[in-house]
Amino acid sequence: MNTIDPAIDQPGMGEVGVEAPVSINHTATVRRDQRETVGNITVPDPRMVCRNVNVHYGEKHAIKHVSLDIGSNEVVAMIGPSGCGKSTFLRCLNRMNDTIDGCRVSGEIRLEGQDIYDKKMDVVLLRAQVGMVFQKPNPFPKSIFENVAYGPRIHGLITNRSEAEEVVETSLRRAGLWDEVKERLDQPGTGLSGGQQQRLCIARTIAVGPEVILMDEPCSALDPIATAKVEELIDELRENFTIAIVTHSMQQAARVSQRTAYFHLGDLIEVGETDHIFTAPRHQLTEDYITGRFG
Amino acid sequence: MNKSTEHAGQPPTGPRRTMDIVQARLARRYAAEKRFKLVGLGAIVLGLIFLTLLFVSIVSKGYPAFQQTYVQLDIHFDAERLDPGGTRDPKVLAKGDFGGIVKASLRAMFPDVSGRREKRELYGLISSGAAYQLRDMLLADPKLLGTTQKIWVPADDDVDMLIKGHMDRKAAEADRRLKDSQLGLIERLEEEGRIQKRFNTTFFTAGDSREPELAGIWGATMGSLFTLAVTLMLSFPIGVATAVYLEEFAPQNKWTDTIEVNINNLAAVPSIVFGLLGLAVFINFFGLPRSAPLVGGLVLTLMTLPTIIIAGRAALKSVPPSIREAALGMGASKMQMVTHHVLPLAMPGMLTGTIIGMAQALGETAPLLMIGMVAFIVDIPHSALDPSTVLPVQIYLWADSPERAFVERTSAAIMVLLAFLILMNAVAVVLRKKFERRW
Repeated sequence: MNTIDPAIDQPGMGEVGVEAPVSINHTATVRRDQRETVGNITVPDPRMVCRNVNVHYGEKHAIKHVSLDIGSNEVVAMIGPSGCGKSTFLRCLNRMNDTIDGCRVSGEIRLEGQDIYDKKMDVVLLRAQVGMVFQKPNPFPKSIFENVAYGPRIHGLITNRSEAEEVVETSLRRAGLWDEVKERLDQPGTGLSGGQQQRLCIARTIAVGPEVILMDEPCSALDPIATAKVEELIDELRENFTIAIVTHSMQQAARVSQRTAYFHLGDLIEVGETDHIFTAPRHQLTEDYITGRFG
Repeated sequence: MNKSTEHAGQPPTGPRRTMDIVQARLARRYAAEKRFKLVGLGAIVLGLIFLTLLFVSIVSKGYPAFQQTYVQLDIHFDAERLDPGGTRDPKVLAKGDFGGIVKASLRAMFPDVSGRREKRELYGLISSGAAYQLRDMLLADPKLLGTTQKIWVPADDDVDMLIKGHMDRKAAEADRRLKDSQLGLIERLEEEGRIQKRFNTTFFTAGDSREPELAGIWGATMGSLFTLAVTLMLSFPIGVATAVYLEEFAPQNKWTDTIEVNINNLAAVPSIVFGLLGLAVFINFFGLPRSAPLVGGLVLTLMTLPTIIIAGRAALKSVPPSIREAALGMGASKMQMVTHHVLPLAMPGMLTGTIIGMAQALGETAPLLMIGMVAFIVDIPHSALDPSTVLPVQIYLWADSPERAFVERTSAAIMVLLAFLILMNAVAVVLRKKFERRW
């Protein structure tokens, strides 16, 4: 026994992560320079704190040692070329990756100081606090009313019809959809136009009253006018919610976000004020991407 | 003109040549398309022709069974014979000699018939069911006792066949089932207007019988109904639960792969094997009653489950993953996701699979032979534990019977089975439409 004990203590002592030290050593020499994120990953009043997050899909190392704070009442944009892991990272924030077979997440993600990957953390509770809007508008094949009332109802936030009506109206108003649909709340949500569907999904998400809203390319399936409306909405929602948005469009990131994070092949390359990232990127890869040299 | 000469003089350039090549092949491409359409149309027409042939043959053979020849008799409800003690007690009345009064009435109508053989031939014209009919009449209305009534009673099946034209009156006496003397008697009855074809209610209300004119389909229909009810009540919930578990909850590993392969294999197992299994397990091991719809339903459940599970899984797979993500993203638990969103959307597909399985079960004969549902059962079953048979087995039994009158009853039974099937499918279509309307 005595001979084994020190052997256990030796490796991994200095490392923070749960990640096996083997793979770190393996890639360390090649990747060390890239992994160092340029810019300040912290904010004064973080809502979510991510430290040293790693995601594996089977053999594939999709997210590599990413650390990032998401501040209160700010919009954080995550940009990067396809397959850079920005969506994967976003999905870690409300544990949507749990549903994917062979996906392993390690590291530390805290919401209001509580580790969301802790065994004690209930995933239902987490998703009530961290809502999500998806790339393709995916309203439930139910009425507009039911779409919005569904979340509050399953969480027991509403108990009767009048409460439901109240929540539905407030949520739809906040999503800027009320005037367009108030006459036809009993009609299918799937019958709306693409942009209206996406705003319905946003209304549905805010009806639960989350703290953070994750948006995974919410405008990529929408036309420019619908996109403009959703962007306007995001800007308004910032007053009450923290928003993390993944986007392919750099213009969109520039328009809606306060901070921008640039991902590249699973690494978080650079984080900073959106204005700075787009006017004076510090990392070569970021500059190449935003000037359109690749991506 | 100018243009064409211009082109003719030019060497073939790139785009021009492409057009020429395309044009040259265009006719052939359209011809191929036309041929393909024609072949498809031909296949459908051929199928329709065979379907029509089948229906025409079944209906033309079967529809006479919906009519039955009746003979009008002057029946005297003789108090001496039926109620010698004068008690008017239903129990005594039920035991009365009703066959005797039928014979007496026949003798009264044909006083010239004498001799044992001739009398037996005369009595043979009337179905043995006439006595039961009279008994039921008297029990329902005891006031008839002592009166004389004109009553239509079923004729014997041979008379029925003769009246329906299935027997050649001119054939030699040895070649037909009715004697010359009987033909004479029938002709006399016809002249008096005492023979009539009427709607055959017996066929729809009675159980099986050795006498074709007394045989009915109702016993087998009830048997099928009970069997299918048991099958549906077991296979639908179990099948749906299995499909949901395998598709939504089970981890993807070697065990689930093995289970999946085995379910697919079970769907291809010959049905008689399930019958043997049912015999060994349900009857011999668990001691459940033989010939009971309960056991039939259990066996058919085993047979139907793979179909329902496979169809159910396909239906669940076809539900877009975005709906699952939406529900989970809202903070729904997995169970809520399945019951609130996925299952309602998969329900039409699941119902389709279920109805295919049930239709299969309705037409299944072989496994039921193994568990004794092929027995000759006259009584109409009143529960899933009463011995009974089912429609396809009844068809098989009748098709096997030598009497000419059973031929048309076989076809008529097939018509009833088809009607049952169409009814079931109609219900399924309505249900599916109802679920689909929920967008």
